[in-house]
Amino acid sequence: MKLDRLTINQIHNGLKKKEFSAVELAKFFLKKIKKQDKKIFSYLEISEKSALFQAKEIDKRIAKKQNLPILAGVPLAIKDIILVKGLKNTCASKMLKNYLAPYDATCVRKLKELGAVILGKTNLDEFAMGSSTENSAFFTTKNPCDFKRVPGGSSGGSAAAVAADLCCYSLGSDTGGSIRQPASFCGVVGLKPSYGAVSRYGLVAFASSLDQIGPITKTAEDAQIVFNAICGKDPKDSTSIEVQRPTLDQDNVERWTPISSLKIGVPKEYFIKGMDLEVEQIIKQAISYLEKQGVIVEEISLPHTEYALAAYYIIMPSEASANLARYDGIEYGLSESQNKNLLEVYLESRGQGFGSEVKRRIMFGTYALSAGYYDAYYLKAQKVRTLIKKDFENAFKKVDVVFTPTSPFPAFKIGEKIADPLSMYLSDIFTVSANLTGLPALSLPVGLTGTGLPVGLQIIGKPFEDNKILELAKLYDRYK
Amino acid sequence: MISKEEVQKISKLARIKITEQEVKKFQKELSSILDYMKTLNEVDVSKTEPTFHASEDFIDKKILMRPDKIESQPAGVVEELIKLAPSKEARHIKVKAIFN
Repeated sequence: MKLDRLTINQIHNGLKKKEFSAVELAKFFLKKIKKQDKKIFSYLEISEKSALFQAKEIDKRIAKKQNLPILAGVPLAIKDIILVKGLKNTCASKMLKNYLAPYDATCVRKLKELGAVILGKTNLDEFAMGSSTENSAFFTTKNPCDFKRVPGGSSGGSAAAVAADLCCYSLGSDTGGSIRQPASFCGVVGLKPSYGAVSRYGLVAFASSLDQIGPITKTAEDAQIVFNAICGKDPKDSTSIEVQRPTLDQDNVERWTPISSLKIGVPKEYFIKGMDLEVEQIIKQAISYLEKQGVIVEEISLPHTEYALAAYYIIMPSEASANLARYDGIEYGLSESQNKNLLEVYLESRGQGFGSEVKRRIMFGTYALSAGYYDAYYLKAQKVRTLIKKDFENAFKKVDVVFTPTSPFPAFKIGEKIADPLSMYLSDIFTVSANLTGLPALSLPVGLTGTGLPVGLQIIGKPFEDNKILELAKLYDRYK
Repeated sequence: MISKEEVQKISKLARIKITEQEVKKFQKELSSILDYMKTLNEVDVSKTEPTFHASEDFIDKKILMRPDKIESQPAGVVEELIKLAPSKEARHIKVKAIFN
């Protein structure tokens, strides 16, 4: 039996029928990572010992014929910005190169309780700031579809590991597209849940009004299983909210929401001049395909779309500049303190610990929040955010979900955009609105360009209708 | 274009030491980002309230607050946290003197 491409349900059934053991499966992936990740560079750390320990525990459970949760024994990878107790959590930064996580993030604790097997931690842009993983302080991850191209970012390692079958699924985090854009570039499924659906306890804070943790998977069904395992109210994250969800302890997650007669809105503002023509064509084909399945498609307008990116690139660095103030060389992280006074410890530790994109964002955020500029930048951007939210509220009076491309272009070449920050920022143009509005959004692979590069369709849902967009994505998966 | 002095002031506020070369680089980069942000001036927000929390409408504000009491940490977590400090003595984190 080929173990590489198995989905969560297939693994679950295989374990139950004893077609393979959890240890065999874990060993298979660990061996494959050692052999193939030399070319892809998706992992920063492999946790072989704890993975095999957990897998043995699962095999004991199976031998005793105990109840087996659906995620038990299923191997996954975790973005190196989500804490896993006892493993390093570097955020791909020199600042946290030696930081050992003292506790589990809530989502990790939940997965561990279900018997998940964690294979290791995956690469990212430093502190999740970037769209290509080129900002990692350690190395750049390669796109498994074309090694000369980026996997997207910032969860590039997590997306590449899933696409290259170096794990069954992974967790990423998404502040402005960091799950969806790499999922689109690598040809896998990526979900950014509704703001508040998944606890951020144990996620290293970047921009707190935008950050969410979500799954990157091979199928929409897998994304739904993982999402429903990690979501829910957590006393340790006051922004978390309880979401309605199907119960997990059934072998097949049942269909949650009926899909018949769904209305899909396609915003005209998302088909802009300068976007890749092949991408446009593939997205339009996917939409008309679903139309043939009975959903109703109509053109809508989200008039403030063109301002979303500018608002995002004010709000995000402002919040980041406050969040990253904690790296001061005193409590943890890189510290340059020899023969220095307190101020010099701060200046030197931060000057040496942060890479250039992180510095750029902290500097810009500091500027936008500094005396005399707050109203003109941060407050103004938060007001524009309200208008963007209202655009969607109006659209959702007429339609149930919104379809757009995830990215205006497929994966770009390594080095192509890194020298020009603004052109890199433009790769987030279609994804930032879902973060500004808190809406659930997923990227679904719907085709390949002539040169074999994946293209993702973005499905944006109403607040907390994460399961509805997942059902719709499953419908697409089932027929294709 | 942002002046050299402004960049130096921001770097001091941000507590990040930057080199002469970086000052010049940030002058250019921050200026071009700021130029891009000017597009927001086209939007009339005179009657619009800001959104600070996107899912605010869905939060039950009655249960948002928790009692202000100390919760005990799982065994060993505090020790692990102290271990992470670059400079320490016994169970204390050492900081630089702030009084001369």
